[in-house]
Amino acid sequence: MLYFSKLRIITVFLFSLIFILIASSNLFKFDNKFLDKKINLGLDLQGGSYLLLEIDNTPVIEQKLQNLTTIIRNYFKKKDIRIKNLKLLDQQLLFSVDENLKQTIIDEFNSQESDLNPYYPRFKKHQLDIIEKDDIFYVSFSDQGIINLKTSSQDQALEIVRRRIDEIGTNEPNILKRGNDRILVELPGLDDPMRIKSLLGKTANLTFRFVTNNQEDSFGTEKLQYSDSTDEAIVSKRIILSGDNLLDAQPRMNSETNETIVSFTLDRVGAKRFGKATSTGIGKQLAIVLDGKIISAPIIRDTIASGSGQISGGFTFQSATDLALLLRSGALPAPMNIIEERTVGPDLGQDSIDAGMIALAIGFILVIIFIFIKYKIFGLITNITLVINLFLLIGILTIFEATLTLPGIAGIILTVGMAVDANVLIFERIKEELKNEKNNLIAFDSGYTKSRTAILDANITTLLAAIILFFMGSGPIKGFSLTLGIGIFTTLFSVYFIARLLTVLYVFKNKDKERLI
Amino acid sequence: MIAFNKYYNHFNILSIAIVIISLFLLTFKGLNFGIDFKGGTLIELRSTDDRINVSSLRDNLNAINLGDVSVKKFGNDTDFLIKFENNSNKNVIEQIKVSLDKSFGNQFDFRRVENVGPKVSAELLKSGVIAISIALILMLIYIWIRFEWQFSLGAIAALFHDVIVTLGMFSLLGLEINLSIIAAVLTIVGYSMNDTVVIFDRVRENLKKYSDIKIFELTNISINETLSRTLITSITTLLALFSIFFFGGEILKGFSLAMIFGVIFGTYSSIYIANTILVRLNVSQKTILKEEDKN
Repeated sequence: MLYFSKLRIITVFLFSLIFILIASSNLFKFDNKFLDKKINLGLDLQGGSYLLLEIDNTPVIEQKLQNLTTIIRNYFKKKDIRIKNLKLLDQQLLFSVDENLKQTIIDEFNSQESDLNPYYPRFKKHQLDIIEKDDIFYVSFSDQGIINLKTSSQDQALEIVRRRIDEIGTNEPNILKRGNDRILVELPGLDDPMRIKSLLGKTANLTFRFVTNNQEDSFGTEKLQYSDSTDEAIVSKRIILSGDNLLDAQPRMNSETNETIVSFTLDRVGAKRFGKATSTGIGKQLAIVLDGKIISAPIIRDTIASGSGQISGGFTFQSATDLALLLRSGALPAPMNIIEERTVGPDLGQDSIDAGMIALAIGFILVIIFIFIKYKIFGLITNITLVINLFLLIGILTIFEATLTLPGIAGIILTVGMAVDANVLIFERIKEELKNEKNNLIAFDSGYTKSRTAILDANITTLLAAIILFFMGSGPIKGFSLTLGIGIFTTLFSVYFIARLLTVLYVFKNKDKERLI
Repeated sequence: MIAFNKYYNHFNILSIAIVIISLFLLTFKGLNFGIDFKGGTLIELRSTDDRINVSSLRDNLNAINLGDVSVKKFGNDTDFLIKFENNSNKNVIEQIKVSLDKSFGNQFDFRRVENVGPKVSAELLKSGVIAISIALILMLIYIWIRFEWQFSLGAIAALFHDVIVTLGMFSLLGLEINLSIIAAVLTIVGYSMNDTVVIFDRVRENLKKYSDIKIFELTNISINETLSRTLITSITTLLALFSIFFFGGEILKGFSLAMIFGVIFGTYSSIYIANTILVRLNVSQKTILKEEDKN
């Protein structure tokens, strides 16, 4: 255990030097690309907002099933099968057929080539499940069908969320999927997330529909409220134009009325439809509906063929800007709720960094003084090792550009406290060996050898705890497990290479001294 | 040599009593779960006006119907921590800002806002419990591989003691349980294990060396031989933890306190619980030789 080749000495020396350089790149600026890496600060240290959004897929499922009613009816009509009592109830489609046709229905739904019910060969599952009970068929989404539906609405929502956040123009946002119906948004440096929260909380489903007094519209009607008053109007369910047809939307000032408005441009299909609707519907009221509320319902005076128009509705400049932004970035496939929010202001972040650094410095100094008093020259060796250990730990975090959180700093401080353990185990063992062994070299050698299993055991147990935390913990806690876990490796390295090397050099020089430790 | 073994019985009775009291507290008093596990909203405020105090803040907040609001000082005199349960109003934070500005003028800096919905808090609690359970199971498997079953039993007893008593302390003192406490408990599990394993390593080594010394004496010899290491490591770890507790800021206070309890209990339990189990199970040289024959 005591032999070190020259090559090994040089390697250890260089290795430590490289890590010291890398670790210090957090403080200085290097031109070198390899050295110009930095530890990322977590949101709790640099300030910012963490938002976890959950997509409510219920309306999507209902909508899909609603569409399916038409599809099923037409599909079987072509095959001369009459579907009776088709209705949507509790996210299930119910219908019945004549007794002799039952098997055909089941075969149609369960065929792997079915157009009606897509089959996912990878999961050996259909999109829809069909069961028959008391002569009634119940059709609902299968587990796999639900998963597919959720993933696709998550993909769409992610894109929309990204567009909305990009439009606001925050600094390096982090937008990630979580599970199959959640989206995590991290916004560094943002201390008041009110605006983003209200923008992300809106579905922004825009439709243009006629106000109707005729209750028997073939598409059905519904009663909707105005967004700025308690007035209601009966609006047709037939959609003339939706937000999908918008090319652009911008807030503007109407110079005649001195009112803030949102002007929009339509794509070609939209322009055509808008032109047709405004020419046939002169004199009618056209309701502009956003997320189930009427913004305004102007009376059509002229045909608008240009493919552009404007929405007025008592906007302030801010609300017009936000509406234009929402319209430009598109509608979410389903409503979203913020189910977790954590926002830290920048000055609290800085206070946390300061407190963490002071605690680290004081903890470090206390440990160093204690160890020096306890072991003198070997305490000095342990302390040099401890310093290099700290550089190694910070260096590794830097190389991986890991995220440092406040609990992460606690992990580093804790590592400082626990890192001396391995050296203590070794030195205490050597002391014991020296009681029966006069030869310093032999005592040191067996001290290292005999303490090895205890050191490994001790570190493996801590490592297990860190690994579990890393995989089970969230956000800041992950940061703690990361520094604690990496700290174990750097500790073992620094004890077995650096501290041992220094010990060996010292012991060989003073091998004839008595009571060396 | 210190005669630790003289007090094995006394401390065993004490430990059992403390564990029972802790379990009693956990069952009847329960734990003070923070918003991470209970759901709700937390706001850390700093005021620029030192005349603003807890009761004037509380009166103001009670007027906006937030349900059960708790207002506390946080660290120094101008920092406050406000907590309330989940609110159906999505704009509640904006509402609070407006109300505070109206009564006190623009005197507040919202330093931290956390809001955890009921679904997320239930999930966080579940994953916390799973994490601690997995940790305990992995530790069990690890020492089961490394040692004979008598040793495993001793280590696990020590581990459960540390976790239960630390949580019991939190219940007794009404300290808040949040995500970082789960991290602390897991680290305690690792630390307690580490301490126990080092002593056990020595017990096993001594068992091989001396066939004529009874386990009652042998554990005492082993504890004494590893004592200075146990103490030095506990001291340096505690030095680090105390500096986090005193200088690391309010947010890390709960975490470092849990760890401080854990390290103290962990050091105690590896001496007075893990070892006494070996004595009570009458472990001898045969125990480890039998295992080695099998292999």
